[in-house]
Order: sequence, then structure tokens, then C-alpha cells
Amino acid sequence: MARVRLDNYAVVDAPRLGVRGWLRWVWRQVTSMRVAIILLLLLALGAIPGSVLPQWPREPARAREFLADNPTLGQWCERLGLLDVYGSAWFTAIYVLLFASLIGCIIPRAMAHFRALRAPVSAAPTALGRYEHAESAPVPQGARTFMTAAARFLRPQPGWWGAVRGYRVRIDERAPRGDDAETELALSADNGHMRELGNLIFHTALVGVLVAVAAGSLLTYRGQAIIVEGRSFTNAVAAYDTFTSGRLFNPDRLYPFTLRLDRFEAVFSPSARPQSFTAFVTLTEPDSDPRATDIRVNKPLGVGGANLYLQGNGFAPDLTVTDADGNVAFAGPVVFLPQNGAYTSTGVVKVPDVTSGPQLGLKATLYPTAVGAGTNLSSVHPDPTNPVMVFTAYQGDLGLDDGVPQNVYRLDESQLSPVRGVDGDPAVLTLTPGATVDLPDGLGSVTWNSLPRFAAIDIRADPSLPWLLSFAILVVVGLALSLFSQRRRIWLVAPLNPRAGHATTVVVGAAYAPPHDVGVGDHLRRVMAAATGTLTRSEDR
Amino acid sequence: MNPQTLSALALWGATTLYAIAMVAYSVRLAREADAKVAARARVSVGAASGDDVPAAEGGALPRSAAKALGIARSATLVGVILHGVGVAARGIEAGHVPWSTMYEYTISGSFVAVVLFLLIQRRRDVTFLGAGVTGLATVALGLALTVLYEAATGLQPALQSFWLVIHVSIATICAGIFGVAFLVSVLQLLRDSRDKASRTVSGRGFRFLDAVPAAPTLEALAFRLNAVGFVLWTFTVMAGAIWAEHAWGRYWGWDPKEIWSFVIWVVYASYLHARTTQGWAGRRSAYLAIAGFVALILNFTVVNFVFQGLHTYAGSGS
Repeated sequence: MARVRLDNYAVVDAPRLGVRGWLRWVWRQVTSMRVAIILLLLLALGAIPGSVLPQWPREPARAREFLADNPTLGQWCERLGLLDVYGSAWFTAIYVLLFASLIGCIIPRAMAHFRALRAPVSAAPTALGRYEHAESAPVPQGARTFMTAAARFLRPQPGWWGAVRGYRVRIDERAPRGDDAETELALSADNGHMRELGNLIFHTALVGVLVAVAAGSLLTYRGQAIIVEGRSFTNAVAAYDTFTSGRLFNPDRLYPFTLRLDRFEAVFSPSARPQSFTAFVTLTEPDSDPRATDIRVNKPLGVGGANLYLQGNGFAPDLTVTDADGNVAFAGPVVFLPQNGAYTSTGVVKVPDVTSGPQLGLKATLYPTAVGAGTNLSSVHPDPTNPVMVFTAYQGDLGLDDGVPQNVYRLDESQLSPVRGVDGDPAVLTLTPGATVDLPDGLGSVTWNSLPRFAAIDIRADPSLPWLLSFAILVVVGLALSLFSQRRRIWLVAPLNPRAGHATTVVVGAAYAPPHDVGVGDHLRRVMAAATGTLTRSEDR
Repeated sequence: MNPQTLSALALWGATTLYAIAMVAYSVRLAREADAKVAARARVSVGAASGDDVPAAEGGALPRSAAKALGIARSATLVGVILHGVGVAARGIEAGHVPWSTMYEYTISGSFVAVVLFLLIQRRRDVTFLGAGVTGLATVALGLALTVLYEAATGLQPALQSFWLVIHVSIATICAGIFGVAFLVSVLQLLRDSRDKASRTVSGRGFRFLDAVPAAPTLEALAFRLNAVGFVLWTFTVMAGAIWAEHAWGRYWGWDPKEIWSFVIWVVYASYLHARTTQGWAGRRSAYLAIAGFVALILNFTVVNFVFQGLHTYAGSGS
């Protein structure tokens, strides 16, 4: 027993809550609507930092830069999970609690709704006159005919729309109350059940969306492959330039197709705005003939459960490098990454296999439509109208033998020195397609053979997508049902026989709905008109 | 006359007419408020029942009020026709649906707001919203034509999808609906404060509040609008996810635009929960609805101009 102070004067002995009591209390708090609202607001507030601060998963380069620029603040942000908000413990805690609250709400409500659907509609109240929407009308055909007609009008109609809008109806014969009263017929109709049903569908589907997203993140894989015109890609983990997968993904289950990039077409307007990108490819699936198809932006290609997306493109100049002995030390296309809208692109060539002398490295910039000269050189258009490549050469050790994986787009200059010209400055060499330029000091030569394009293709498979889409559709359907269904109650009461002194029976009707339902009064009048047979066609439901 | 000039002329015409309509609607609202106060004074002199008097019964409104309403209605009607012509001409000029840049989104969104107001007006009397809606449209069109204007260019490959028609058009409609609902919620809060004799809104400048419906009526109207808006917003986010899956190979990547769309969705979801929760219904839920619209505007302005993300083509400039 614990002493509990009620106010300044009264102190009572109350039973201790105990562990179970506390658990029950916590559960009740978590599932209360007030806590749900607070959690929703926390979720909204918590999501905002992710749009302001650079996030590791989305833009690692900017996150690294942010940490370097703001050592103290950055460290704190990192510690608080602000640089990976959506994977942070606190954000996860908010949505897990929210979903716990959601589930704790759905289950009892679903059970209550199931019971309510099986139970009859609650009976009509006795005093109908006190409702805001109340009507009365004479019914010459008598109470029974009237009530049957009204029930037929209110009950679900054929077709899905009629089913959604239908009422649950009950009709009672009520014993007289008071001395001069007659036995009366009371109809009670309620269509609130669709609203609650929609509510339950919506919230359950939300849980489904969360489960599908979680399952998808475990089963998915995504990778990027860079394919140069005329080259092929075979779907195997080793062939990808980047590859990530979920924990439950099995790499042996990759579908072994081969994709050849036949031609890449890029169309730009005269003002250098991109107009269309098309990758013309030949797809070879196991046990079938090769077929020609294409991949465009917004038009992925589906292959064996995976989708192939066109994500980027650029130039991959085909180069041949000979070494000091005149042997070919390197030959093939080199992927250059576009740096701006005019496709000024940069790339590096690593030449480790020289027969004698130091290893060679080239750092090059490509100008597709070059104008100007020297340091003023720039590209004015992404089409290769006047392609010019400018490069500097390096000699020394490329650092490829250390076993540390290297970025193929960056030269590790720690053990390299620039090749210098006669004036002692690093030599800047210029190359045009078809031409060959000799490196200073007889180190070798570089030949530019041709200028093919490359396409960056993202390949992604997520088996949860059909589930996700289905749940998402259920979310919208449930939401529409729950927000647009009416929650109306309609009651009609009439004495079985006309009251003493009256020639015809008079029916009294009333309706009740939430204040935002402005059409309920009209609806009541329409129900009564339909049941008396005076409803004109134009005002039919 | 080429479509470009026609569009600009029609939109400037619409802006001017909306401005005139706003003034006329304001005059009407002020006259109505005066009439109501006068009627209430008469009633309280006669009998001591200070309850709500039905709006200006028995021609208590001066002739100028009727004239103001006439001007307001005709200016809005001609304005919305010009507005529609302007939006359509822009679409013809650009050769694609007129909602691919901020400029186009603003002119289309404000058009939806005015059309929505006129549609509601057909079913129930919402004259009190007229000044707000036409005012909002004047500001939106003025800003669009002066600050956000951008000459039409072709669509870049990322936007060449029929999802542009679906995703962005529904988002535009949402902006219009949430905008009108926002006005109603603001009026609801002001009216509620005035009814509670709050000092800030008791002055003469806020007399127009006597002409707007009671706070619960406004709450009910705001809810109906926000409910429609919320369902459409859910659809917008979903359609966006499907498009993202098509174009970028992932349905959700926490891009700034996606983050803010999510924030808006969650804020309106909390609004819908709040308005049925004891202690949160009424004022607090109205604040949430207003916060939702503020987030919508931030998503459209700050997110486009400041944050870097995949939706940058929606922004102004290159």
C-alpha cells in the first residue's frame, strides 16, 4: 500500500501499481491519441534537419566536406545522428513508438468494430423533435408500407457505390408509452460503419507499407555499371562499378543477362539544354536470342525482376599510350566524368604496365566544343563539334601495388611527379581526335583514336515493390473511405395506425450527423420523399 | 498576337481584376459587419437576447453593399476567365502542361484556388472568403509575373513523363485547396478570439469578423477542405514515389522535396487526429492546419531556392 495525498486534508491508502500496473499505464499512455499527436509532430520536426544538413546516405561528399569545415559543430551533429537522420536511433525510436501506438489502437478498434457490425443498430430515440434536423410528413399508404420503402431506399444498393453508401437498418415495433399512445414502428439507420472500416483499412495499410519497406531494404540490391559504346556488361557482382545489397540478398540469384551498348544518343538544344537521352542496347537473356531495345530517362528496362535505369552519360575517349620503348602500354576507352552542362569532362589514365622506366599517369580535361586557347579554353556546347583534350602527364609510382583500392577517377599523386617541359614547368599537352602527341623526355606517346560515349546504368531489384504499391493503394482507398464517408443516423417513427382523430398516419423523422455534414437535412427529406413515393427523378440519390 | 504576349496580358488583367475584387469584397464584408452590429444593437435594445442574429435580415444592408458584391463577383468572374486564358496560353506557348516551373506552378495553383472558391460559392454562401481568396491570388500572380517569371523552354528528359501531368497537377490542386482552407482556419481563429473578447482583435479594424460565420461553422468548412486536400496530398506523394521509381530507380530517397512533402503529410495527419481529440479540437487543431500550409509554402519556396536536391529543375534559374 502506498500513501496517496488527495488534497491538503485527505490522505488515503491506495494499492501500489506494481510492475504490471505500470506496464499497463505505459501502454495506455503510448496508445492514447494525445501521445500519438505528439509523436506525429515529433516525426515532422525530426525529419526537417535531414533537409538542412548533408546526409551520409544521400550525399557523402558534402557530409565529409561539412565535417571538415565545421570540426566542433560537425562532431556534435555526427554524434546526435543529425548527419544520418533517417537511420538514427532517435528517429527510429519515434516511428517505432508511433507504429506501436498505431497497432495498439488498431487491434482493439478492429475488434470493437467487428462486434459493432454484428450487433444490431441502436434503436431510435424516443424524442425526435429535439434534433436539429427533424421533419414530419403524412403517409397515406400507412406506416408499414412507408417503413419498408424507406428501408429499401436506405439499405446498400447494387454496385460498389451503392454498397459504400448503404445504411444498416433496423425496424422495431414499439409498445405504446403513455395512455393515449399507439403501438409505433421505429426505423433506425446508421451508415457510420464505412467510415470506421476505411479508418481501419488506412491504418492497417500504413503498417503494411512499413513492413514492405523494411522487407524491401533486406532483399534489395542496386548497382551501377558504366558501359562504353560497343562494350558489354554481364550481370555479376564483379562487373558492377558500385554494388550494394540488403542483408538477405543472395548474389547467386543475380539473373545472368548480358547488355551491350550499341549506341548512345544525346540530343541538346542549341542553348545546350538536354532534350533527350537514349541508350540503344542489345539484351541477351539466358536461353534466348539477343534482342535490340532501348533505355531512356523515365523509361527503365525490366529484365528478370530487375530494372535498368539510365542515370548518366558522358564521353569515354579511346586512347592508346605507348611507353619509352615504343610498346603499347595502354589502349582502350577511358570514362571522363562531365563537370558542367557543356560536358567539360575530366578523366585520368593510369598506365602501370610499362616495359621500362617509371609508371605513367595522365590527368586530362575534355572540351567537346572547344573555344579559346590556353588557360581560356572552354566548352560552349555538349555536342562534340570541336573536341579538344588537354592533359598533363605524371611519372613515378601509381600506388596500385599497395593493395589499397583506388578511385579510378583520381590520380594518387603522392609518389608521382609531373612531367616537365623544356621551360621547367609541368608540360600541358593538347590532343585532337586522330592525332598523336609525344611526351617530353622520350617517355612515350599518346594517341586519341576515337570519341565514343558511355552510359551509366543503374540496375536495381526490389521484390517488395508490388506489395508496397498494393498497400499504398489501400492507404488511399482507406483514407478516402474514412474521410469522405458520411456518419449519419436517420430515425423514422410512425404510429402503426393513425392517431385518434386523424385521417392519415404522420411519420416523424430526424437525422444526426457531425456539424461539417451540411447535406444531412436534405438527405432526410429525400429519404422521406422516396419512402412516400413523391421523390422526383431529378432528386434521385 | 503570339501566345506569350497573350498569356502575359491575360494574367496581368486577371491580377488587376482580382485586386479590384478584393477591395470590393472587403467593402461588402465591412458593410455586412456594420449591419450586423446595428441589428444586434436593435435587438438588445428591444429584448435582452444577445444571441447571434441571422445575417442582416430584411434588407438592413445599404445599397452600396449590394453594389460592392456585384462589382466583386463580376471582377472575380472576368478575372478567372482571363486567368484561365493566361494559363492555357502559357501551356500552348511552352508546348507542355503549364506546371513544370515555379512560375507555371504559381499561376496554375492560384487559378485552382479561385476556381475552387467559385465552386464552393455555387453550393453555399462563402462571400466572406472572397477578399482573402482574391487577395491571395493577386499576391501570387503579382509575384509570379514579376519575380518568378521565366520564358518557356522545352522539358528536360527527367520531366518527360506522363507522371508530370498527374503528380504535379494534383500537387497544384492541393496547393489551391490547402490555401483556401488556410484562409478559413485563420478566420476561424480570429473569429474565435473576437468571440472571447481578446484585446488584439477587438478593435474597429477587426469589425469584419462579425460578418464571418461562427468559429465552429468555419472549423467544419476548413475540415472538409483539408480532408479533400489530405487525400489528394497522399496521392501526390504516392504518385511522386512511383515516378521517382521510374526516373531515378528508387521510390524514396529523402530528397529535400520528399522530406518536406513528408513533413506536410505528417502535419496534416496530426491535424486530422487533433480535431477529434479532447483538448486539441478547435484552436489547437487550427494552428496545426496553418502549420501544414506554412510547410507547403516552405516546400515550394525555400526548398526550391536554398536546398540542393533532385527536384532542382522545379526552381527558378537554370
